[in-house]
Amino acid sequence: MALLTCENVSLAYDGETVVSDLSFEVKPGDYLCIVGENGSGKSTLIAGLLGLKKPTAGFIAMGDGLKQTEIGYLPQQTNIQKDFPASVFEVILSGCLNSGNLLPFYTKRDKRKATDNMERLGLTNLKNRCYKELSGGQQQRVLLARSLCATKKLLILDEPFSGLDPIVSGEFYQLVRTINLEMKITVVMVSHDIRSAVENATMILHLNQKPLFFGRTADYIESEAGRRFIGGNGNV
Amino acid sequence: MSEFFAELFSYPFIVRAVIVGILVSLCASLLGVSLVLKRYSMIGDGLSHVGFGSLAVATALNVAPLSVSVPVVVLAAFLLLKVTENSKIKGDAAIALISTSSLALGVIVISLTTGMNVDVCNYMFGSILAMSKSDVKLSIALSVAVLVLFVVFYNRIFAITFDETFAKAIGLKTNLYSMLIALLTAITIVLGMRIMGVLLISSLIIFPALTSMRVCKKFKTVTISSAIVSVVCFFAGIVISYVFATPTGASIVIVNIVAFVAYWITGLVLRKAWLR
Repeated sequence: MALLTCENVSLAYDGETVVSDLSFEVKPGDYLCIVGENGSGKSTLIAGLLGLKKPTAGFIAMGDGLKQTEIGYLPQQTNIQKDFPASVFEVILSGCLNSGNLLPFYTKRDKRKATDNMERLGLTNLKNRCYKELSGGQQQRVLLARSLCATKKLLILDEPFSGLDPIVSGEFYQLVRTINLEMKITVVMVSHDIRSAVENATMILHLNQKPLFFGRTADYIESEAGRRFIGGNGNV
Repeated sequence: MSEFFAELFSYPFIVRAVIVGILVSLCASLLGVSLVLKRYSMIGDGLSHVGFGSLAVATALNVAPLSVSVPVVVLAAFLLLKVTENSKIKGDAAIALISTSSLALGVIVISLTTGMNVDVCNYMFGSILAMSKSDVKLSIALSVAVLVLFVVFYNRIFAITFDETFAKAIGLKTNLYSMLIALLTAITIVLGMRIMGVLLISSLIIFPALTSMRVCKKFKTVTISSAIVSVVCFFAGIVISYVFATPTGASIVIVNIVAFVAYWITGLVLRKAWLR
């Protein structure tokens, strides 16, 4: 059964339709990259998947026991203020708030989960550091740890690499790959970087307001949309 | 020393002002951390002007001031928040619009009824004499409610202040919590307004948070430090105002400035020591 199903979905931004007639499925274990130019509706689609935006037509459905609030989401960096006083542990723990726990404090289980994810991403020695004093790559890893606290099944990453240098974003790709393979967490990622997307993802959705391609990565490379989009950047 | 405090607290109006003031500064400082970080610092200022207008109207109609001010200011807080969200008019402009309008309305009402007098001066700059017995009871009840709500929702307030999009995505009702913060802020402003004055009440919200952020790097320590700074500054301000017969609100603000500078220098020194 599919984790996420979109059927004939249209989404609007400020009253203007930016995505139309989109159908695709995400199956458990998939690693889907959503690629496309600026303004092709990628971020609006993410908002739709997270339930922050209602589709104007069609429907988006969750399967396999996935709840909308149990999606681990890594927003674009720009949403977070640069001068915010918060420790790494405080930020990661806040990912646990979707557990339906109405207590005013975090439970032992929440703290365990946060500690585990911190360890997994190699952040343990930064636990008490201030978030704003970390490097861009470290900050992204903290936010990734936070989103892992929110989910057991599905991660949605919105352009996690904008503003990171190639070496750091290479490491980050590795990390996401590991999470996908070892923790069996399904990944949906929006990316500008078509080359790395093709190298890492198992599925590709190429969006330009309408879906230009949806399918396996290997087929995408052979397809016309794929060849044209990858083309300028050299052969993959 | 103890004699001095015995003398200070022998005046019932000072005891009342100290009780209400400490509770209100505590509430204001806690809410302030979130408001400052969300770039809503001026909301306090705007709401206090609305409070002024409603106080003037209440006086003219000869009804209990708090029973008019609280609902009116709460309404204004919701309105400001809504306007800030669907920003056809930008947030800061909306605040300026609402605050000057209610100030003008208040001044007109006062000049038509009682005329410009000492009362107006007290509204503007605050007075330690402002608290009556029934005000004290209401103030204590409301402040305790604000404190309890803040503690209960502390983690959620952190998540929403830090990253609203993420908080929304994991299913927190961000609008509801923003409304809650607006509601609590409005209540705090109205309660503190008559001690601190319309022109100075927003300092209780802004100063402690900004001061603490010079040194503290965690949300929790910033919050705790703000609470301590604001209560200490309030009390020191009251004492200074008593000893030197200076206006209460202004004295408290001056103490807050001193604390800010002290924290700022401490922060600079700590950073230098850390880099070395």
